[in-house]
Amino acid sequence: MSTVTWITARGLFGRRRFLLLLPLPLVLLGLAVLCRSLGVDPGEWGPPVLVGLGLAVVLPVVALIIGTGVLGAEIDDGTVVHILTKPLPRWQIVLPKLAVAAGVTAVTVAVPLYVAGVLADSVRLGLALAVAAALGALAYSALFLALSLVTRRPVLLGLVYVLIWEGLLGNFVSGTKVLSIQQYVIALADRIAPTGLLETTVSVPVASVMTALVSIGFTVLAVDRLRSFSVAGETS
Amino acid sequence: MSTLSLTGVSRWYGNVVAVNDISMALGPGVTGLLGPNGAGKTTLLHMMAGFLAPSRGTVTLDDEPTWRNPDVYRRLGLVSEREAVQGFLTAYEFVLASAKLHRLADPAAAARRAIDLVELESAQDRRIGTYSKGMRQRARVAAALVHDPQVLLLDEPFNGMDPRQRLHMMQLLHTLGDAGRTILFSSHILEEVEQVSGTVQVMVAGRLAASGDFRTIRRLMTNRPHVFAVRSTDDRALAVALIAEPSVSGVELDPTGLTVRAGDYGAFTRALPRIALKQGIRVRQLVPSDESLESVFSYLVEA
Repeated sequence: MSTVTWITARGLFGRRRFLLLLPLPLVLLGLAVLCRSLGVDPGEWGPPVLVGLGLAVVLPVVALIIGTGVLGAEIDDGTVVHILTKPLPRWQIVLPKLAVAAGVTAVTVAVPLYVAGVLADSVRLGLALAVAAALGALAYSALFLALSLVTRRPVLLGLVYVLIWEGLLGNFVSGTKVLSIQQYVIALADRIAPTGLLETTVSVPVASVMTALVSIGFTVLAVDRLRSFSVAGETS
Repeated sequence: MSTLSLTGVSRWYGNVVAVNDISMALGPGVTGLLGPNGAGKTTLLHMMAGFLAPSRGTVTLDDEPTWRNPDVYRRLGLVSEREAVQGFLTAYEFVLASAKLHRLADPAAAARRAIDLVELESAQDRRIGTYSKGMRQRARVAAALVHDPQVLLLDEPFNGMDPRQRLHMMQLLHTLGDAGRTILFSSHILEEVEQVSGTVQVMVAGRLAASGDFRTIRRLMTNRPHVFAVRSTDDRALAVALIAEPSVSGVELDPTGLTVRAGDYGAFTRALPRIALKQGIRVRQLVPSDESLESVFSYLVEA
């Protein structure tokens, strides 16, 4: 494990902010178990719980908390200087941090989604959701990591993207769905395990290409921004 | 041996000029960067350390630019002013992580050597979060020194240190400077520089106001006119006696007491009790009234 990975992981799990991650997946899991045990028709509870909560809220919000935390938290408290004053090419800082963010997000979200998918339909749907969520985790993490280098308010802007762009506009203006990671995840999951539960207008090729583009594009942006990272003068 | 060169360096933020056309070359030894708060010291240090692009001019370390060039950190170490450390790490872990990030051949030995250098062995296995300010500062210096850099930049390293820690840090900087390292530290407290023997760069309002040998600047500092407010049992008699004293250049009498201008701080403060005793006057109050840093620095600029 590289030193950057180690510091990032310790920083992530060492902060209280990390505890914020737990409730959302637990709610998802709890709702799925509850619906199943009450014998509700999966066609009724599947879409709102799996998509409405799981893919539209839990995945992006967890990715937001972690993605803006792996580098943003260090920028906020100034500890980023320790990593930046090392003769490391900047991609060797961004990639390990992205790996930690995407990995932790994927595990946190994929496990409850897998269980919920199994309860709703089949092991295949569970796996499909888990795999698609992991890919989505990578794309979201790249986006939010880059955001934490572009702006001083990454969490706010990230929330605006998730809630307004993906959540609200996606329902009214269908064209915005082409630029929505959430829709890519739905399309990919539906491709792996076709059921009647997941629906999207975005085609699978578009979803695959866009997921890759978002992941790579924002990573490249993050590396470039970190290369010219300016430390603002402190006014004491 | 490394040389850090600045040529015509300016930095502005919108309409505000933080650093204005500064040129200097820093070679081996200890250099103090002095100036009141807001003079642009931190901005200048950040440009030296490659954390800020100069708006104009160039900053180079051995002819390589420091901006967008992470390779300079093989030869450069920075201790920033902000007291930012991962509090959840122990000092040893923290310094070891630095050594590993530098890809040193033997990171454990390098970490121990650096911790040894700042005399932090006894506390190295405690979390940094539990440290005092001075210890935290030393942990950060150890991390910046772990790869044995040719150039070490320290932003206000003496902030929050007690006099003993300050002396120790100063000795450490001198040891490094004598060994051929280029050391630059910034400070807004003139007295801190009293223990430095080396060159001093004085910055005021973004400009390089004075630079040169510390002894010359120190003489200017101690010989500057001082203003004291004095109150005694007989102000008028004291004024008469004081004006005969060579170190006194002026006395003003007003209902609240005396305002005394002295050309020589030491001579006046030694003379006052002697004169008062001889005249049988009791001094009730002696307050240096013109000790603000800005006035001292602006005096230095004029000199």
